[in-house]
Amino acid sequence: MDCHLDIFFLEAVLNGILLAGLLALLALGLNLIFGVIDVVWICYAELVMVGMYGIHHAYKAGVPFPVAALIGIVLIALAGAALHHLVIRPVLDSAPINQLLVTGGVLFLLQAAATMAFGIDFKNLGIRLGSLGFAGMSFSWSRVITFVVALASMLALWLFLSRTYIGTAIRAIAQDRQIMPLMGVDSRRVYLITSAIGGGLAGLAAALMVLQYDIYPQIGLQFGPLIFMICVLGGLGNMLGGFIAAFIIGQFIAIGGSCMATEWGYATAFLFFMVAIFIRPQGLFAAKS
Amino acid sequence: MIRISRPALVGLALLGVLPFVIRLLFSGSEKYYLHLLIQILLWSFIYTGWSLMGRFGLTSLGHGAFTGIGAYATVLLWNFAGLTPWLGIPIGVAVAAIVALLVGYPCFRLRITGHYFALLTLALTEFVRLCIVGWRDYTGGSLGTQPKRYGDGISLYAMQFEPDRVLSYYIALALWLFGLYVWVRVDRSMDRYALDAASQDEDAAASVGIHVTRERLKVTALSAAMCALGGAVFAQYQMYIGPDTIAGLGVSLNIVFAVIAGGMWVLLGPTVGAVFTQVLSEGLRVTIQGSATLKAWFGSAAFALDTAIYGLLLVLFIIYMPRGILGTLIERRRRSDAVAARGSERTNASLAANGKRP
Repeated sequence: MDCHLDIFFLEAVLNGILLAGLLALLALGLNLIFGVIDVVWICYAELVMVGMYGIHHAYKAGVPFPVAALIGIVLIALAGAALHHLVIRPVLDSAPINQLLVTGGVLFLLQAAATMAFGIDFKNLGIRLGSLGFAGMSFSWSRVITFVVALASMLALWLFLSRTYIGTAIRAIAQDRQIMPLMGVDSRRVYLITSAIGGGLAGLAAALMVLQYDIYPQIGLQFGPLIFMICVLGGLGNMLGGFIAAFIIGQFIAIGGSCMATEWGYATAFLFFMVAIFIRPQGLFAAKS
Repeated sequence: MIRISRPALVGLALLGVLPFVIRLLFSGSEKYYLHLLIQILLWSFIYTGWSLMGRFGLTSLGHGAFTGIGAYATVLLWNFAGLTPWLGIPIGVAVAAIVALLVGYPCFRLRITGHYFALLTLALTEFVRLCIVGWRDYTGGSLGTQPKRYGDGISLYAMQFEPDRVLSYYIALALWLFGLYVWVRVDRSMDRYALDAASQDEDAAASVGIHVTRERLKVTALSAAMCALGGAVFAQYQMYIGPDTIAGLGVSLNIVFAVIAGGMWVLLGPTVGAVFTQVLSEGLRVTIQGSATLKAWFGSAAFALDTAIYGLLLVLFIIYMPRGILGTLIERRRRSDAVAARGSERTNASLAANGKRP
C-alpha cells in the first residue's frame, strides 16, 4: 500500500470523476429500461461492444468519426428495439428471473458472434486526441470529452422525459404498469420506444468508449458487472441514484487503483457494494416506502 | 433409506462397465472419450449442486465464486503449505459454505430476492475473481496455476489421479452419484416442502411456522459446499486452475444455463444439461475440424460457433421450453399417461391434455 495525499492522488480522484461520467451514462440506459419495463438486460455491455465494433468498421471504411458515431447509435438503438421485440416480449409474463436469464443467452450469442466476425485481436481506432495539462496534472482529452458528452446526454434525456408527451408517457408507465394502459397509453409502443432509447444510450457510450479503449469481444465482461453494481447500488430503476452511485464507484476504482493494483481497486468497490446493499437493501438512494 | 429402481440399477451397471466398452470400441481414442465423460460427470455434480437452491427460486449467479474458492483453496494449500488435499478440500468447502452463509444471511433476512439476489451474487463472483487475479504472487494471476505434481502423478496422499483416466472416471462417477444422493435426500426432506412453500409465498410460509431464513441458509450452504467440492476435484483432475476456467462470471452463467437447458426441477436435469452442452460443443468442434469445407468457411472463427449456437438455444429454451429438455419430456409423458389412464372419458382427457387436472 502506497498512498500519499499528493498531486498524483488528486489526479486519481479527478480521473475517477471522469470515469464516473462514462459509468453513469452506461448505468442510465439500463436503469431506464429497468424502470419502465422491469427487465434487466444482462447483455447491456455486449450491446455496447457491438456498437464499438460497428463504429470501428464504419470509421475504418472511411466514414468521418461523427457520422460513424451516429451510425453506431442508430444501429444499437435498432438492436435494442429488436432485442425487446424478439426476446423480451415473449417472456414478459413469465418469472422475472427468466427475463434476466434470457438476455444472458443473448450475451453468449453476441460475444460469440463478435468473436466469429471480428476475431479475438484487440482493435484500436487510432485516433489520438492528446491530453490536457492542468496544474501539473494531465488528463487525456478523450476522457474529458467523454465526461462532458455523457453529462450533456443525461441532461438531454431528462429534458426528453420531463418535457415531451412520449417522455411523460414513459414516466407514467414506470410508475404504474397496470393503470396506464387503461388511460389509453399503448404500453407496447412505449416499451419499444424505451428499448430503442436504452439501446441508443448504449450506442452513445460505445461511441465514447472507442476513443479510450481497445475493442475485443470480451470487453462487455469487463464493464457489465460494474454497471449492474452501480444500478443496484443506486436502486434499480432510480436514474438519479445510479448517477450518484457511479461517482462513488468511480472513486473506489480510481483511488484503489492508484494506491494498490488495479484489481484491488475493483475488488474493494465490489466489497463496498455488497456491504452497502446489506445496509440499504433497496439501494442507497431508494425512496423509503 | 433410498430404494433404487430396476431401470436405475441397469443404468448404473452400464455406467460401471462403460470404460471397458469404450476400450473395446474405440481402442485408439479411448483417452479422449473418457475425458469427455469425466468432464460431463464433474460438471453434472456442480450443476446438481446449483440446482439444489435454483429450484427454489434462489437464482444465484455466485456459484462461480464457490467453485473458485474450492479449487484455489485446495491447490494453494497444497502448493504453499504442503497440506494434503484430503485436508485442503474440506477447508476449501468450509470456506465456501461460510462465505455463502455470510452473503446469504443478510440477503434472506432483508428479503433480497429475484433481480437483486442475482445481481448481488454476481458481484460476489466478480469479487472472488478479482481477488484471485490480484493475489498473483500465489495464484498466478489471470494465467492460472497448477498443483505441484507429486511423484509420478498418481498419488493417494496428494489426491492426484489424472494420468489414469479409468480411475479418474470412477472417481467422477462416485462424485456424481453422491450429488444425486444429496439431491434425493433434499427432495424427500421436510425442508424441501418448507422451501417450496417459501418460494411461492414467503409471508404465508412464515405464518405457518416455517423459519424461512434458516431453511434457505441450510440449502444455500449445502449448495455452495457441493460446488466447492466439485471445483476442487475438477482442479485435481485438470491439474490446472485459471480464474476464468473455474471461477468468474462465465462459470456462473454456464452453471445456470446448463441447468435451465437440462431441467431445473428434475433429478437428472442438470446431468442432461451437462451432456447437452458438452456434446454440443465437442460435436461442433469435431464436425468442423473434420470437414475441410467447413474449416475453410469458418476459419479460426469456428471455435466460437458452439457458444453462438448455445446462446441462441438458451434464448429459445427459456422462451419456449422453460422446464428444460428432461423436464419437458417427463411432463409430456406424464400427460400422455394421464390421457391413457382416463381412457374414453373424453372431457377429462382433454382437460388433462391442457394441463388442468379435474
